[in-house]
Amino acid sequence: MDPLRRSPSPCSPQASSPESPPCEMLGYVGIEAVLDQLKIKAMKMGFEFNIMVVGQSGLGKSTMVNTLFKSKMWKSTPPGLGGPTPQTLQLHSVTHVIEENGVKLKLTVTDTPGFGDQINNDKCWDPILGYINEKYEQYLQEELLITRQRHIPDSRVHCCVYFVPPTGHCLRPLDIEFLQRLCRTVNVVPVIARADSLTIEEREAFRRRIQHNLKTHSIEVYPQKCFDEDVNDRILNSRIRDRIPFAVVGADREHMVNGRCVLGRKTKWGIIEVENMAHCEFPLLRDLLIRSHLQDLKDITHNVHYENYRVIRLNQSHVLPRGPGWVNLAPAPPCQPSSPGLTKVCRWAQDNSDEDS
Amino acid sequence: MAVAVGRPSNEELRNLSLSGHVGFDSLPDQLVNKSTSQGFCFNILCVGETGIGKSTLMDTLFNTKFESDPATHNEPGVRLKARSYELQESNVRLKLTIVDTVGFGDQINKDDSYKPIVEYIDAQFEAYLQEELKIKRSLFNYHDTRIHACLYFIAPTGHSLKSLDLVTMKKLDSKVNIIPIIAKADTIAKNELHKFKSKIMSELVSNGVQIYQFPTDEETVAEINATMSVHLPFAVVGSTEEVKIGNKMAKARQYPWGVVQVENENHCDFVKLREMLIRVNMEDLREQTHTRHYELYRRCKLEEMGFKDTDPDSKPFSLQETYEAKRNEFLGELQKKEEEMRQMFVMRVKEKEAELKEAEKELHEKFDLLKRTHQEEKKKVEDKKKELEEEVNSFQKKKAAAQLLQSQAQQSGAQQTKKDKDKKKQSSWLLMKSTLRLGLLELFFCSLL
Repeated sequence: MDPLRRSPSPCSPQASSPESPPCEMLGYVGIEAVLDQLKIKAMKMGFEFNIMVVGQSGLGKSTMVNTLFKSKMWKSTPPGLGGPTPQTLQLHSVTHVIEENGVKLKLTVTDTPGFGDQINNDKCWDPILGYINEKYEQYLQEELLITRQRHIPDSRVHCCVYFVPPTGHCLRPLDIEFLQRLCRTVNVVPVIARADSLTIEEREAFRRRIQHNLKTHSIEVYPQKCFDEDVNDRILNSRIRDRIPFAVVGADREHMVNGRCVLGRKTKWGIIEVENMAHCEFPLLRDLLIRSHLQDLKDITHNVHYENYRVIRLNQSHVLPRGPGWVNLAPAPPCQPSSPGLTKVCRWAQDNSDEDS
Repeated sequence: MAVAVGRPSNEELRNLSLSGHVGFDSLPDQLVNKSTSQGFCFNILCVGETGIGKSTLMDTLFNTKFESDPATHNEPGVRLKARSYELQESNVRLKLTIVDTVGFGDQINKDDSYKPIVEYIDAQFEAYLQEELKIKRSLFNYHDTRIHACLYFIAPTGHSLKSLDLVTMKKLDSKVNIIPIIAKADTIAKNELHKFKSKIMSELVSNGVQIYQFPTDEETVAEINATMSVHLPFAVVGSTEEVKIGNKMAKARQYPWGVVQVENENHCDFVKLREMLIRVNMEDLREQTHTRHYELYRRCKLEEMGFKDTDPDSKPFSLQETYEAKRNEFLGELQKKEEEMRQMFVMRVKEKEAELKEAEKELHEKFDLLKRTHQEEKKKVEDKKKELEEEVNSFQKKKAAAQLLQSQAQQSGAQQTKKDKDKKKQSSWLLMKSTLRLGLLELFFCSLL
């Protein structure tokens, strides 16, 4: 039996416990049943996910969303038949509840038609940033109420998918500006849209150049290096980081290939299968967004981006310097109201010096 | 795979049918993986008299040996002792905190027995609230010390609840999930047990004590929770010693008249307690603590501090506005206090000055007095000196006169008589000289004194 050390903490409400001695259990207690309890509870409550797609018109954003969630989120506008291109950037979101194997997901997709379409695209990211911050604000207000709801509805944007046009050269100034601003506020996943216009080699070269651009401008896209929890995470995420941005193709029509029914784009020179890894990297994107990292996206949004916003917002309401006058509550340290980078509020305090540029 | 959702849609939410496997059914697994990597916290408070079997029951529940020192009965008051342990089972890490009430029910006057318990529970809520209201906070790796379950140990008298029990439970029922249990149940016979249980439950109901209700809204656990609720309060027996029963070792208590097996459902309700507390409702206990008890505490505390929810079309940050007002009030108070302190300081300085002046005056007076006495003494000595000089002068005159007489006598008279007169004069002159010398010496010594 382990020698037990006492860790006495009589009546003092400590925020972090001192060393809790590990105990050896002599038999099965049943603690792991709590996992099932968690699962049942989560499935009963349902999940929420909010995704935003940003990119110039004609890059296939709506098609991509339809392909990702295998349903008609909204009608993808065929070229030429749609309405007049909007003069200003408008955001519109649509919410659906989808269910699979008992798991309910409330999905909200926000589209940004008109992004980058004008002649002068200066500050075209402002409406988007405003929208994201508005969602944070809503959540913050709900959280600060005296009588709170049992479950605060989460409309914060968990992930922003940025569509890079397949020029084959490198990131354009608009892309760089937008990415720089947004990666500090929300999780950004850049993808190369309409990748079927690039050959495999061109794709690789384009990808390398984009990665180089991101590094030069210190743009941290999801999955961010500083939030890797442990070695396994780091290995998994570095593999993903190596392939970012994914070269994707979206399609919502089905065709027959070798007797199978696949989603794909039919052209004169062949059928591009969306779910074929040899053709495009759509499965990687889908796995990242939905099958493996959805919860992680939500967690980072909640624990990092939302907290950053909260810090700025709570400090903004005070022009006077902070003193010990925070009535009966813990005195807050003085904080500059400039937007902190990702490195400032880092989850794992032990490991945040791990970034190399 | 594809599921047609036939649920009534609310507001603008549209239900969509999927044409293929998307893959988000792995979401619960993702969530569970996240939680296992973070670990769980569970805090149990054991309230009961000394010696009723709290530590033994905890050891039995978690199949391990936590603590070895039993408490004495001489405690002057109730105090709470909290200890944290890390348990691991397969890949689940549990940070378990067990809080014990030491000295409960031992005092002669038990009026204030419940107070330390309530204060402790409130202190944990307060710590969480403070962390939540901080500007830079880290809630996801905050060690949650809020009490999730309170096991109330009822003594097995067989009659009814003691008044101390009722009072304490009434004070605790809005702050924590109470699960009442009958301790040392092997001292009650089976028929008495049933009556005892129903008596306790009816007393609790009639006094309006709200104990923890096992949740019955989820289909998977509703049935088991409902059947278990009937057996409340659980009559438990705790034991860490193993006795050979049949061909296995089992936890039991050995008596001359038989063996009470802890995990035998016919003997006691230990298995039911373990099921309910750990295997079925641990997550629900934690959730109730957070969403009901903590929210209630938070609401009361914030309202007490003067914060209110304003209606939605007024300024967005009602909390901040009230905070600003409070802050100004506080600053005003500080300034007033500062003024008071300054005035007091000035007054004290004045007093000290006055004292010092008085002392100075006294010193001056003393100095004057001394000076005067010194002068008087000086005058006396001078007088004496004058006297002495006068006497010397008169003596000199007498001497001159005598010498004159002597010379006259010498010229007119005989030598014999002159000699005799000389001798006489000499002797009388010598006498006079010596007496004068003595007188002078006396005066000299007198003046010295």
